[in-house]
Amino acid sequence: MSQTTRNQLATEHITGENGEPILEGRDLEKFYLQPDGGKIEVVSPTNVKIMPGQILALLGPSGCGKSTLLRMLTGLSKPSAGEVLWHGKALDGRTGQERPNVGIVFQSFALFPWLTVMENVEAPLEARGVPALERQKRALRILDAVGLDGFETAYPKELSGGMKQRVGFARALVIEPEVLFMDEPFSALDVLTAETLRGELLELWHGRQIPTRAIFIVTHNIEEAVELADRVIVLASNPARIREDFEITLPQPRSHKSEPFEALVDHIYRVLTQPDTHHELPPETKPTQAQPGTTLPTPRYQMLPHVRAGGIDGFLEILVDHGGREDLHRLSHQLMLEADDLLPIVEACKVLGYVTVELGDAEITEVGRKVAAGDIQARKLLFRDALLAHVPLLQQMASALQAKADGSLPLEFFHDLLAEHFSEEETDRQLRTAIQWGRYAELFEYDSAKKRLTLAKP
Amino acid sequence: MADAAVFAGILGILYAVVVSGRIWFSPFTPVANISGSPRALPLYAAYSLVRIVIAYLLALVFALAYGLAAAKSDRAAKVLLPLLDILQSIPVLSFLPGVMLAMVALFPGRQIGLELGSVLLIFTGLAWNIAFSFYASLKGIPRELDEAARLYRFSAWQRFGELELPFAAIGLVWNSMMSVAGGWFFLIACEMFVLGKRDFRLPGLGSYLQVAADAGDTRAIVWGMVAMIAVIVLLDQLVWRPVIAWSDKFKFESVEGAAPQSFVLTLLRRSGILASFYRHVIFPMEERVTRRVAVKAGERADSAEAPHKMRQWTGRLVGAAALVALLWLVYRALSTLAQLGSRELLLLTRDAGLTFVRVNAALALGALWAVPAGVWIGTTPRVAKIAQPLVQIAASIPATALFPILLLFLIRAGGGMGIAAMALMLIGTQWYILFNVIAGAMAIPTDLKEASAVFRFPRREQWTHLILPAIFPYLVTGLVTASGGAWNASIIAEYFHFQGQTMSVRGLGAAISSATDSGNLPVLLAATLVMSLIVVTVNRTVWQRLYRLAATRYKLET
Repeated sequence: MSQTTRNQLATEHITGENGEPILEGRDLEKFYLQPDGGKIEVVSPTNVKIMPGQILALLGPSGCGKSTLLRMLTGLSKPSAGEVLWHGKALDGRTGQERPNVGIVFQSFALFPWLTVMENVEAPLEARGVPALERQKRALRILDAVGLDGFETAYPKELSGGMKQRVGFARALVIEPEVLFMDEPFSALDVLTAETLRGELLELWHGRQIPTRAIFIVTHNIEEAVELADRVIVLASNPARIREDFEITLPQPRSHKSEPFEALVDHIYRVLTQPDTHHELPPETKPTQAQPGTTLPTPRYQMLPHVRAGGIDGFLEILVDHGGREDLHRLSHQLMLEADDLLPIVEACKVLGYVTVELGDAEITEVGRKVAAGDIQARKLLFRDALLAHVPLLQQMASALQAKADGSLPLEFFHDLLAEHFSEEETDRQLRTAIQWGRYAELFEYDSAKKRLTLAKP
Repeated sequence: MADAAVFAGILGILYAVVVSGRIWFSPFTPVANISGSPRALPLYAAYSLVRIVIAYLLALVFALAYGLAAAKSDRAAKVLLPLLDILQSIPVLSFLPGVMLAMVALFPGRQIGLELGSVLLIFTGLAWNIAFSFYASLKGIPRELDEAARLYRFSAWQRFGELELPFAAIGLVWNSMMSVAGGWFFLIACEMFVLGKRDFRLPGLGSYLQVAADAGDTRAIVWGMVAMIAVIVLLDQLVWRPVIAWSDKFKFESVEGAAPQSFVLTLLRRSGILASFYRHVIFPMEERVTRRVAVKAGERADSAEAPHKMRQWTGRLVGAAALVALLWLVYRALSTLAQLGSRELLLLTRDAGLTFVRVNAALALGALWAVPAGVWIGTTPRVAKIAQPLVQIAASIPATALFPILLLFLIRAGGGMGIAAMALMLIGTQWYILFNVIAGAMAIPTDLKEASAVFRFPRREQWTHLILPAIFPYLVTGLVTASGGAWNASIIAEYFHFQGQTMSVRGLGAAISSATDSGNLPVLLAATLVMSLIVVTVNRTVWQRLYRLAATRYKLET
């Protein structure tokens, strides 16, 4: 690293913003065209600027399109519309010079299991034609920086998860990327290891031991985002769109226990559980973009959260134990559930009318209390009523089956129905959840070998 | 010590190559004089081995290229995959006469034509499933590994060496093993055959066995079998085991498990000669290529537009030429088939029916004894320990090698050709079934066995509720392999030259062989087509469905 870049990095880190964005996504959009000409939107037009000197965290519920956005920004996936600018020049994916100099760290580590630690880290340099000796020198230097001395000749399978991800970091950093992309980098690790690695990353970044000028991290872990990021973008799902975009001015290091920290986490919980209402920004933040406000995209087909019916009953029982109303952030802490695991359950309870959510608190309804108190048969009956009252997909499925003389339809029928609204992958997931719910409620039976739904006998 | 062993190994290989080379470039001798002496066996084994090794290397190169082409372009895959499926089901042995005559004509006066012909035939028996396996591996590369390679701008060369080949390695090794085991079947068949009045004989293990059986020389038969088994066992110990142990590092798993061991591999790893050869020769070469390609890729990316257009046009031209050639071939084939009268077609249909019955009867007979035997062996660990290696060896002896011996015994015992044909198919197929059933029975989870003991399932229920469902996927795999083998075997099983006379029984295989003998091209073409059609149809309607059932309902989830 030359002296000038070091100075430049120093100013960037202090001011937080320094003129031009390194990488910019303009009206990035991802959709799939249907054979009949309709389109299924996965990511609606989105603007993202990655500014030098910032750690930018992209938060959102699972399956909301965070990773798709990351892949469009890195050039791994072509946007359906819009463009990606690298230092103001459009990337078209073909001309070599405009390919962004970025590194990426994956959730699954994505190391080559047949290469040693050293060979894994050397591979990106090899691709750039760096001679063997130089490669070795640079790889050793970066391995030293991430604390992997002595593991050069080990194979990835000999390493623990944390060590593997260190190799992942070393491989991403060895090419001295301007932007370091991370796709849920700590999600596959246990809590303690993840915490250690986050601390080490911040140390490298704030100590300016790496020449990286910006970090873009995708995560579903709210506390992780608040701990690391200078700026947070919260996505709403179906289709993915920016719900909020703000800077966190809370100084580093940040304590999880401090009041402003908790306020921030709480705030993000509120945004995630009630994406369609406006929430005041907490202190220690400042907005960066015009807030999208409460304007909604065109109403879409209801999306079922992928939750097992049994999980819903368990959640209700716990909520009753807590007096019927509880702060979701606190609840997730006590249950040791990450937001990503808890929020879909809350969403399902909301859809079914079992709970209401306000200001990040969940409150159980009258029906919810009945479910929590009931035995298995009572729960099933209540669940069945709730489905028929609030879930259009299951209403449709039940009435379609009733309309048939033999009360039976192939799964394909419902598949085609949903395929008009969701991508292929999401359609399958929606169906799986719908079948699981419908079976539990004894609305219908499903034969997985014949792929047929049949009305349940009363 | 390690170095000495490596040195000895290299010397042995060199010797085999040199003696084979002498034969290959010697003047044309269609009927080699096969010595009945056991002393000649090592040399014959070497000749056979060199043939199969060359065929295998060709098949490997072909499979890699074919798999890459199909995986890289969706448009190419649309043509290449169905083509592979069809090629796989064409009985290799019906190519025998055409390929041999063409090759002999291509190199007049030299033995190399005949040798290349046999290599080419073995190749067609090896290549397809290796190509399939490689293609499937390429398509199964995990998304994030692919993304890492793309984001870090791996050149095609680096991608091949560091991602594609390693990821496919395990599949390639296992399929290579299976293919080569199957390759012996064809090797033996094409070392000695008769075309009309012309007799062809190549020096090798197969011709040795046939000559021995022809002469009724029991001593020579025993020696031949011993040599055959020795070659197969040595190949397993010296080649496949080390390769499997070595390929363990390509296993795509994140946790360390027990790795297979091989003393030969340990020996090779200790060898100083090999290590220094790698350091001073291989590594610098690898480095030069990688860097050259990396730099080139950078340059090419800068000016990517123009060559892209050119490539597109070349692609179109090649495609158009291929299409024209294909249409011409189809036209020729159709006009050849048009010469057939309705009587001949009727006969062919009857023949097809006969062979169909024979093949499936052989399968049923094989399953009838192999399933109970396999379950018994598989669930009795004491027996399995002894029986499994024996079965493995038995399964690897090519049925074609046994056929002349079998005929000899049947004729002595007064049996007819119909029984002989069935017996040959049975020999060729039963081992696959047994082998797979043993593996399936050994894989029945202990907790399920304990549950059935606790509930005191009567014997009948034990079979219907536990054993049959548990071995089902394995049984299907065994039956599919067996069925393919049986159809191919029918070509020699139903029509055979033995002790100076032609023995035959009606059937599709006999139709192919006799048409070959008499040079009746329309019948040969039609019979081959019918056989391919039957195999494809049965695969599509029966086996694929059973496979799906095995993969869904009868899969033991862990």
